[in-house]
Amino acid sequence: MAIAHFVASGMGGIRTAGDLVARMQFDKRLRIDKAKEFVAKKLGVSSFDLSDEYIFRELREERGLGVITGVPKTPKGIAAKMNIEDLLGIKINSCELFRQYRAKR
Amino acid sequence: MAKFYTRRGDGKTLQMSKEEIKTAIHEGTADAADMGNIKALSSNDMEALLDIICSNDRIASVERGKEVVLSYDIGQLDMSGDNGNSGGGVPSSRLNGALVHERTLCADTFELAHSDYSIKPSKPVIANEMNDMEVVQNNIIIPYFYGAMPNMGLYYAPDGPYGNPADLMREFKIEEAQQQATLASEHLTRDIKYVSTKIYSAGADGFNFDTTASAGDADFVGTLHGVEQLRKECPDAYIMVGMAGENVMGIHGEIQYDGQVVAGMFPHQQCKLAEKAGADVFGPVANTNTGKSLAWNLARAVTFVKACSEVTKLPIHVNMGMGVGGIPMSETPPIDAVTRCSKAMVEIAKVDGV
Repeated sequence: MAIAHFVASGMGGIRTAGDLVARMQFDKRLRIDKAKEFVAKKLGVSSFDLSDEYIFRELREERGLGVITGVPKTPKGIAAKMNIEDLLGIKINSCELFRQYRAKR
Repeated sequence: MAKFYTRRGDGKTLQMSKEEIKTAIHEGTADAADMGNIKALSSNDMEALLDIICSNDRIASVERGKEVVLSYDIGQLDMSGDNGNSGGGVPSSRLNGALVHERTLCADTFELAHSDYSIKPSKPVIANEMNDMEVVQNNIIIPYFYGAMPNMGLYYAPDGPYGNPADLMREFKIEEAQQQATLASEHLTRDIKYVSTKIYSAGADGFNFDTTASAGDADFVGTLHGVEQLRKECPDAYIMVGMAGENVMGIHGEIQYDGQVVAGMFPHQQCKLAEKAGADVFGPVANTNTGKSLAWNLARAVTFVKACSEVTKLPIHVNMGMGVGGIPMSETPPIDAVTRCSKAMVEIAKVDGV
């Protein structure tokens, strides 16, 4: 099912910018075209490019947004999400929790 | 006359002529329009749907650049669960399940799920759920929810503390049945508040209320009040409300939300209440009739979902699993049917996600 839907209509998650567009749908209640416009503008690409693996394999690594393959010495998990916070100008709950834990030292 | 390979609502291959498919599309959209008191599909939409269904290609897809967000329900259980959830039966940790969906299955969002995937059983093991949420959040990048069905049926006898309205109504105890449904609804709201705020405090991006109103109108009202509570306590939580069926069953019959009787509501009415309660994304459902063709079911489903998409400001993530959204009711829905439904929902119903 998942693969069929991805092939038919899915953005591709962290293969591309699917997770970033999803965040804007939930964070700002933006419908798909507006959410894509928002993310595209932040990344300096077009909305059309947001599902292009060729562009995003490099772009995500350059921006530290987390990549689909196991690349050593690149931000993963919370570190990648903190970079996503900066890119999109949002707060992510798990990053907030991480910062709270750090403050308890 | 040329015949096209297509599907029946249970997934079996059918051969139909173009005229037969066209007739099925007309009848499917008319059925939805009649039931929901909404507009039928336009002639252009029906032509587009005809082209999608009559394509001889094995899979269909949207035009490049028109891709949408792919969100999930049931969490890691589609890997580790049994066939009741169409699960693959592959034992794996919840962390593995989440990362496999992120890194190999192209998920745009994912979620943590209890093996019973319901609010009530999550409550006594909430500390375990919170710990696993923290562990996964440290590793995952995509938005990661906690997902559970409100599943208010678990609050009725013999599984729960309240009298079962179905039993009470058989004894013509109508007022008592309504009273028990209301009490169960209030209990559900309290449990939603407890589970959802606890899991959010452990770093969840938000909560996916899946299969809402499976126990009817009081389940829907209890969930909407739960969504209100979560929004009040955690203003930044991502909240998705997905439905159980196209129509809210009137088990109570008179229970209201925001001054409206919710029994009998269709997706274009349900979405407004989800928005009012504080949801960020709404998941409409249209059920599949196993005896009808893919063309009939998909035309009907697209009609319901398009009406919903046109009246709400919220992003719409249509439910497109087994037996909903035009997809055949089968444990292993055929890829030709799934991809045609996916394309039609994006291009004709104008959904924002699947």
